[in-house]
Amino acid sequence: MAQLQSRVARLVVPVSERDHTYGPADAPVTLVEYGDYQCPYCGQAYGILKTIQSRFGRRLRFAYRHFPLAEIHPLAVGAAEAAEAAAAQGRFWEMHDLLYENQPVLGESDLMRYAHQLELDVARFVNELARHTYEGRVREDFMSGVRSGVNGTPTFFINGIRHDGPWDVDTLTEALMVAAQLHA
Amino acid sequence: MHEGSAREAHRGILQAGTAGPAFTLNTTPDQTVSLEDFRGQNVILAFYPADWSPVCGDQVVLYNELLREFRRLNGALLGISVDGVWCHSAFAAARHLHFPLLADFEPKGAVAKLYGAYRTKDGVAERALFVLDGEGVIRWSYLSPIGVNPGADGILEALETITKTPRAA
Repeated sequence: MAQLQSRVARLVVPVSERDHTYGPADAPVTLVEYGDYQCPYCGQAYGILKTIQSRFGRRLRFAYRHFPLAEIHPLAVGAAEAAEAAAAQGRFWEMHDLLYENQPVLGESDLMRYAHQLELDVARFVNELARHTYEGRVREDFMSGVRSGVNGTPTFFINGIRHDGPWDVDTLTEALMVAAQLHA
Repeated sequence: MHEGSAREAHRGILQAGTAGPAFTLNTTPDQTVSLEDFRGQNVILAFYPADWSPVCGDQVVLYNELLREFRRLNGALLGISVDGVWCHSAFAAARHLHFPLLADFEPKGAVAKLYGAYRTKDGVAERALFVLDGEGVIRWSYLSPIGVNPGADGILEALETITKTPRAA
């Protein structure tokens, strides 16, 4: 009896208008990351993804979804909400980059400093963080990840299929190339 | 491999439709948890090889974030490994876990064996999941490759199925 089941995990919520994406919608490859701003591995992945993005250029669409593990990373939810608050002012990716580039410092006053740095409407930003305006949105991302078999961070999906191998530059590049060829 | 161990290897984990074998295990030095305490509630049994190992860490940390969803589906989560109560306490404190970890410690792995989820050659529990309904009947089980975090999608689907068809068994 073959009991050991190896399931192919698929993205149950496809990338849509709702997502924060970088790169053209008709790119042959879409890479989705479920990440946590306080997770050191996601911090490592951040640099790797920058390399990958510059390598692939317009052949790649990158989407980022929140997967904060709040109990072990108490600042992760606040950081994710800050990214959403910046997104509401059209500056998601700028905030995303600042959060990863300043990963150890994600306290409330730090988030406010980043909002200043990006010249956001800081009063609105602070108010939305205080009211947890984007809590539901962050949780939606989290639950869509859970339903898709995200089991830790970072988890990647390439054209809708979970990438289970290592995610160094070379491995990811190869996986993305294979997906691009399959798409062509 | 002689016949006995071949049979053992083929028996595998308990499957849906089987009554979950009863057990009582320590969760702290002076507290025990019994399966029958949960009659009327769905139970998620998450067997895992060891506290502290990285995959288990991710797995329990993930489940810890989903207690709300499990509760909403009338599900109680119990983690089970062969680690002792002191090890479990330290691990639970370090990871801020809000669900009980049960020590299948003495006799070692006895409960894991009842569920067909013991790895004799390694002396640890398999990475195996069971979802039991309020009557204590296994409604879903899943044996994951030992190094792979099985995630939580299967558990949520199983709990939802029970909620939709409460007395299918």
